[in-house]
Amino acid sequence: MKILVCLSHVPDTTSKINFTDNNTEFDSNGITFVINPYDEFGLTRAMQLKETLGGTVTVLNVGPLSTEPTLRKALAIGADDAVRIDAEPTDASFVAKQIANHVQDNNYDLIITGRESIDYNGGAVPGLLAGMLQLPFVNACIGLELDGTKATVSREIDGGKETLEGSLPMLIAGQKGLVNEKDLRIPAMRGIMMARKKPLNVVAATEATKHTSVSSFDLPEAKSACTMIDADNVEQLVELLHNEAKVI
Amino acid sequence: MSVLVYIESWEGNFKKSSFEAATYASKLASQLGTEAIALTIAASDDASVLGNYGITKVLSIANGSFNNQSYANAIVAAASQVGADTVLISNTNNGKSIAPLVAAQKDAALITNVLDLPSSTSPFTVKRKAFSSKAFANYSTDSANKVISLTPNSYGIEEQGGTASVDSFDFTINAEDLGLKSISIDKATGKISLTEAELVVSAGRGLKGAENWGMIEELAEVLGAATACSKPVADIGWRPHGEHVGQTGIAINPELYIAIGISGAIQHLAGVNASKNIVVINTDPEAPFFKAADYGIVGDAFEVVPKLIEAVKVHKANN
Repeated sequence: MKILVCLSHVPDTTSKINFTDNNTEFDSNGITFVINPYDEFGLTRAMQLKETLGGTVTVLNVGPLSTEPTLRKALAIGADDAVRIDAEPTDASFVAKQIANHVQDNNYDLIITGRESIDYNGGAVPGLLAGMLQLPFVNACIGLELDGTKATVSREIDGGKETLEGSLPMLIAGQKGLVNEKDLRIPAMRGIMMARKKPLNVVAATEATKHTSVSSFDLPEAKSACTMIDADNVEQLVELLHNEAKVI
Repeated sequence: MSVLVYIESWEGNFKKSSFEAATYASKLASQLGTEAIALTIAASDDASVLGNYGITKVLSIANGSFNNQSYANAIVAAASQVGADTVLISNTNNGKSIAPLVAAQKDAALITNVLDLPSSTSPFTVKRKAFSSKAFANYSTDSANKVISLTPNSYGIEEQGGTASVDSFDFTINAEDLGLKSISIDKATGKISLTEAELVVSAGRGLKGAENWGMIEELAEVLGAATACSKPVADIGWRPHGEHVGQTGIAINPELYIAIGISGAIQHLAGVNASKNIVVINTDPEAPFFKAADYGIVGDAFEVVPKLIEAVKVHKANN
């Protein structure tokens, strides 16, 4: 079993978001970067599959040198080797094309991504990559079991949950449910030591079209002061929701 | 070059998000000086009603069960048939799994989570959610081929009067395309879908235990709201993961979000602060959520919620 886990390097969930350069650049000052939480569920599932079925787990990130700690963390958690494609990940189609090139040169049985990154929330790379490679694609994946090359996969749908069957190779975009929060792994000292010796291959990016660019960012408008209502007068809340907010 | 909008249905019925997408598509088409054409797949609803939302023509594929690759192929074929360079899809769970496949096939610019009509058409620039609703990003593209996915509950439905012509579109949906086949669907029982819900009642650790959710469900029922919960509550297992709203759960933007016994950690606010009206009920007057709220009640949920249920019932009876 040869598994590829694609990782994004994102601001920690507690980050306060600010922009610089006239609202055109993300302000990374004081920001702690982590493995994208959705990807972490996939990485953990990949480690479990490797432990039961054997094989290797490769982690990959498209990003500059500053993203390497994220790959090292994944190696410390137990991935066998890492690949960094050296480019600024500014456009989903460009990023998907870089990963597609890597996959075409390395036959993977299973590709796992997160359903979206918590910074740009595009949810675009997994499906674009599947489309480019013509692989069966399961988005918002909340369960994955393998039996030989047969995969039983479940995904979130608007009205509940759907279970599907397919064959490897396959691409899944995971989220919580693929494993539970309590199953997520924290690198141990031994893992951190070993990670230093594991291969982290830096690959040059290839030419690919960038279809989109960010022209500017905005922050949400600050809320005006909260109208406080006495706990003994909930009728006033109902009245305000009806007459002022006009929502009930 | 026209705009093609994919109209999603659930068990044959058009989804509310599909009427939003139809309205958006027609407004976008007039901004671009063209017409909006719709594609329906396996819908039992009468597609001519889409004219009421500004759609001029509908292509209808009579049968098919969902397969993301095959549905994407159908959309690409329909776009090519009508000469559409812009494809609009709702950012629902199914939409999210089709849109990138369409974009890959058309080598199109994909812009997801879009909130509004373009602020400029040259270059094409639209506002979308980013940083889990902590910010917005304005995305631009020069690409002629575009796939846009519209965030549910972000663009209002507008009835314009009118009827659309409906033509059947000859395309065979392959329910097992790329060898991927559906074997079962588990429906969440009698629930309003969270991403589409206009009203959401949510509760957190302040409720103290799974056994206390009866009053939350009752409040949701009298309001006609969906139920949601905070991350710790889903992690402890008091509520299913499908109800977790927040940065790593479902991001929502309903008309009304009522948060009961939720302190308002930044990760929770990220997923819900796009809600148009926020009510916070919490025992702690210092709870950070009050800073993000429109209406607040400092009080014990176990006293306030039953009173609120009664007040809503009285209101409903009188209106």
